[in-house]
Amino acid sequence: MSIAVEPADAPVAPEPREQSPWRRFASEFAESKLALLGLAMLLAIATIAITAPWISPQNPYDLAQLDVLDSKLAPGEHSSSNGKTYWLGTDDQGRDMLSGIFYGLRISLIVGVSSTVIALAVGLALGLAAAYFGGWVDAIVMRIADIQLSFPAILIALVLLAVLGQGVDKIIVSLVTVQWAYYARTVRSAALVERQKEYIEAARVLALSRPRIVLRHLLPNCLPPLIVVATVQVAHAIQLEAALSFLGLGLPITEPSIGLLISNGFQYLLSGKYWISFYPGVALLLTIVAINLVADQLRDVLNPRLKK
Amino acid sequence: MLAFTIRRLGQSLLVLLVMSFLVFLGVYAIGNPVELLVNPQADAIERARATAALGLDKPMLEQYWVFLSRAAHGDLGRSFVFNIPAIQLILDKLPATLELAFCAMVIAVTIGIPLGLVAGLKPNSFIGRAIMAGSIFGFSLPSFWVGLVLIMVFSVQLGWLPPNGRGETVMLLGIPVSFLTLDGLRHIAMPAVNLALFKLSLLVRLTRGSTREAVLQDYVKFARAKGLSQRRVVGVHVLKNILIPIVTVIGLELGSVIAFAIITESIFAWPGSGKLLIDSINQLDRPVIVAYLLVIVTIFIGINFVVDVLYSVLDPRVRLGAAAAAH
Amino acid sequence: MLRMLHAVAALLALALVPAAQAAQKEREVSIGLQAAITSIDPHYHNLSPNNSLLLHIFEPLVKRDANQKMIPGLATSWRAIDDLTWEFKLRKGVKFHDGTPFTAEDVVATYKRVPNVPNSPSSFATFTKPIVETRIVDPYTIIFKTAAPHVLLPSDLGSVYIVPKAIAEKATTEDFNSGKAAIGTGPYKFVEYVPNQRVVMKANYGYWGGEEPWDKVTFKILTNAAARVAALLSGDVQMIETVPTSDIAKLSSDKNFNLADKVSNRVIYVHLNQRDDKTVPFVTAKDGKPLDRNPFKDVRVRKALSMAINREAIADRIMEKKAVPAAQLLPDFFYGTSKKLKPPKYDPEGAKKLLAEAGYPNGFAMTIHGTNNRYINDDKIAQAIAQFYSRAGIDAKVETMPSSVYFTRATKGDFGYMILGWGTESGEQGSSLRSLLATYDPAKGMGVTNRARYSNPEFDKVLNDALVTMDDKKREAQIQHAAEIVMNDVGLIPIHYEVSTWATVKGLKYTPRTDQYTLATELKPTGK
Repeated sequence: MSIAVEPADAPVAPEPREQSPWRRFASEFAESKLALLGLAMLLAIATIAITAPWISPQNPYDLAQLDVLDSKLAPGEHSSSNGKTYWLGTDDQGRDMLSGIFYGLRISLIVGVSSTVIALAVGLALGLAAAYFGGWVDAIVMRIADIQLSFPAILIALVLLAVLGQGVDKIIVSLVTVQWAYYARTVRSAALVERQKEYIEAARVLALSRPRIVLRHLLPNCLPPLIVVATVQVAHAIQLEAALSFLGLGLPITEPSIGLLISNGFQYLLSGKYWISFYPGVALLLTIVAINLVADQLRDVLNPRLKK
Repeated sequence: MLAFTIRRLGQSLLVLLVMSFLVFLGVYAIGNPVELLVNPQADAIERARATAALGLDKPMLEQYWVFLSRAAHGDLGRSFVFNIPAIQLILDKLPATLELAFCAMVIAVTIGIPLGLVAGLKPNSFIGRAIMAGSIFGFSLPSFWVGLVLIMVFSVQLGWLPPNGRGETVMLLGIPVSFLTLDGLRHIAMPAVNLALFKLSLLVRLTRGSTREAVLQDYVKFARAKGLSQRRVVGVHVLKNILIPIVTVIGLELGSVIAFAIITESIFAWPGSGKLLIDSINQLDRPVIVAYLLVIVTIFIGINFVVDVLYSVLDPRVRLGAAAAAH
Repeated sequence: MLRMLHAVAALLALALVPAAQAAQKEREVSIGLQAAITSIDPHYHNLSPNNSLLLHIFEPLVKRDANQKMIPGLATSWRAIDDLTWEFKLRKGVKFHDGTPFTAEDVVATYKRVPNVPNSPSSFATFTKPIVETRIVDPYTIIFKTAAPHVLLPSDLGSVYIVPKAIAEKATTEDFNSGKAAIGTGPYKFVEYVPNQRVVMKANYGYWGGEEPWDKVTFKILTNAAARVAALLSGDVQMIETVPTSDIAKLSSDKNFNLADKVSNRVIYVHLNQRDDKTVPFVTAKDGKPLDRNPFKDVRVRKALSMAINREAIADRIMEKKAVPAAQLLPDFFYGTSKKLKPPKYDPEGAKKLLAEAGYPNGFAMTIHGTNNRYINDDKIAQAIAQFYSRAGIDAKVETMPSSVYFTRATKGDFGYMILGWGTESGEQGSSLRSLLATYDPAKGMGVTNRARYSNPEFDKVLNDALVTMDDKKREAQIQHAAEIVMNDVGLIPIHYEVSTWATVKGLKYTPRTDQYTLATELKPTGK
């Protein structure tokens, strides 16, 4: 099998005048139509998430607005009590699916993005330190990471739940605790390779300060694999939260995230009431597709090794 | 190399110790196992008897000490629920999980890396983009959802594959395995695919990313200038250099797949240790939880050790052990 | 020529015999269970799934029919000679699976073993403890003496399965699990046990109760509800228990499957924390400030909280009609239930009025606590109740959690409004009233599961008198009276009785039971 290698897209030659780095970045980013589509989707989703309280037909978290007599209505049916139309149907508590998805996106995005960002920061710091200093720093951090990775997310979530109670912040803490070690290990392995390279030698010879070496030289070159992992991890974090919800450990059931909506509707899949799980699933799919379209292009644009 | 191994061993024992203590603390914090096990109509005398029988009447530190001294003799306690030695329960179930994890990783690696290579070598072609789009689907759908859809399609509608359980086993090196029998393959197909889906997508993306970078490097140009065939360029030079981050991820994921194939095992009623773990957590069966996690940590440590050794084999720039910290 | 004919006949016979055996061996069935059993040792763990499955292999002196009424088992009759003495007449001609005959010696040895099973997380000793003296009159007659009048002795002994004397004296739990000691008198013999996965048994052709419809029964443990339904749909099993409510509509309209259901002895109820006069956890005024006293101690508040729940809507929409609104602890065909008690009508306006009378014209705020993995649709019930309360002027939040976390905290008194479930194994209401509502006194075995610490001295007196009355009819009237007292005082809020559902493939019919047991003996081909 012969594989022809195609060159990467050559960046559009900028105007002869000075272009600010931001404009160059933006134009490079805009080269991919798919990425622009993804960006548009992401902005739409973020807008929905932010404005959910104003655009939703119903506040699905307010128990006084729900009516269990309206439960499990098919898409397009009307409420028996107030004549509202449920465009995407209702779930088993009488929650309007459309409103549930809007509010759920909000929570899922908050949980997914913040836990990923925090875990990334923590893992990055510890992984870099481990690779750069080596010796016992490396040993301690890596052994703690080993312990961390061996702990099932479920056990951690359960302990935190028992001790701290339910809540969005506790879920984020659980997810961060579960994920940071992943980043630390990835960073460390990349940094181990970089550390031996000539440019680091050169920086050392030039007697640059240690933080400077780490931050300005080591860090940017370790970022590319991390960004790949991080973008997938946002999806993973949202999924992990859905899995914890599936096992009964997630957010409070009266304030469902997209993951909880999907797992609530799961039991109705075999009996034909597909909309309770299907539409939130589509929403989740679109969100993750959007995140990744944007992230793919971001990574390609930022990657120093793809520059010609 | 020897010094490295010994130091690793010492650190690993420390890890095991800390793990076991954390689990004791954790289970203690969650709740009281006796509440879940004893018949609700039992009187106070019966509850006291059950508490004493399980050794739960002593202070936590004393219980931990008892556990340690027994563990030193290889006795990790008996399940509160089944009254079978915890280690036996786990070792009975572990082959099933290892087998499932192994099959899932094989699927993920044999499909993921080649697909990722293709996508990385032809990033703007139709096939390259199609692969990337497919990979997004692979990791954005929750695995329990995909599992049920698989069952609905292949078991209920088409009737081709059995919906749950493990197939016939034969002995391989003293361990019962089921993927060597046709019946076993029919049973393992869906759970393995379900488990592999996420990792597969991850590998595709990772491989593509690393391939795109590697292809632009000097050594590839040099190799081509030397007149090496495309196959050799890709298969030997590119592949070798993109393997480090991939090996890291495979190592991490293999561990997590072994330990936590809980949801897949639940849905497919796969008789593995993941299901045992979630049940034990729900019933606060502490001996099984502790024994299980110790086994898993040991496996993780083993995998990480192998991964680190592989680094030094794959990349001569990486030196293990006493590399002095950069000043 | 003749020799050839002989050979052909022999060959034909050889060919036909397996066919004949195959025709016989065809009566096989697989059943999907919801909960795992924890051992084959019948005296190790008093757990409903264990008791249900082991009833195929072992038997007690007293058995229970589909409505949990006592029927003769290994004992053909029993009577109380006086307040402290019972005489049991045993069944003659019964053999254990290993061929040894069943006699009184086996009963005595079994009861001796029961309190001494090591590491038992929930022992059966509570059932044999009341017996202080045993006397074997002859191989088929036993006399038991109790220290105090114990009216429930036959019912209690119905939970203890009999094993042969040799096994009772020596066997360990491991011996049972491996099958070595799994010798009983039941209609099926032990074949295989894989923990958390399956149990296989084969017919006991010499069973005293007659022929069974199955030669081989395989129980598969399928705890995940969707997996269990999928197994039935794909033909992997021929019957499942605990059909998820979300699938009932589809299965009942599908001609390939039959459904059988029956109201069970499990009641879902609410306990209101009344440990303290002034404070109660998770209950505040609507603005978050603490209240000046514990509202749950006021019977008007309790009545309001009970009438604000729309039990019909829960049964219809949440439980898909698989629930019966409850007024006491057992459906009213059980012994000790009062036909005068009816579930309160749904009346949110009436509830608001009562709350105002009690001093809460604007209601208050509270958190409803419940499990999310223990009872059928438990978290959905909690949410629905919160919805109803918001219409009655009470701000209700919901917090659900796995049972591993919930029960410990509920027992400690951490919660205010607790949703719980209770299954009455004895088949009569008296013991349940005692466990849940008698004033908490663990030394005497009263109110052991009274997490609310509800206390009503009048109720205590009537109930205690009832529990030592040996005459069945008199006792029933007393228990009914006690039930009326405590339910009119809203000692707890009963919500509904769960209805258990079994699904079988076409051509099989299951006779359902109130104790939720899944017995292969009740599963019969209909020939349709």
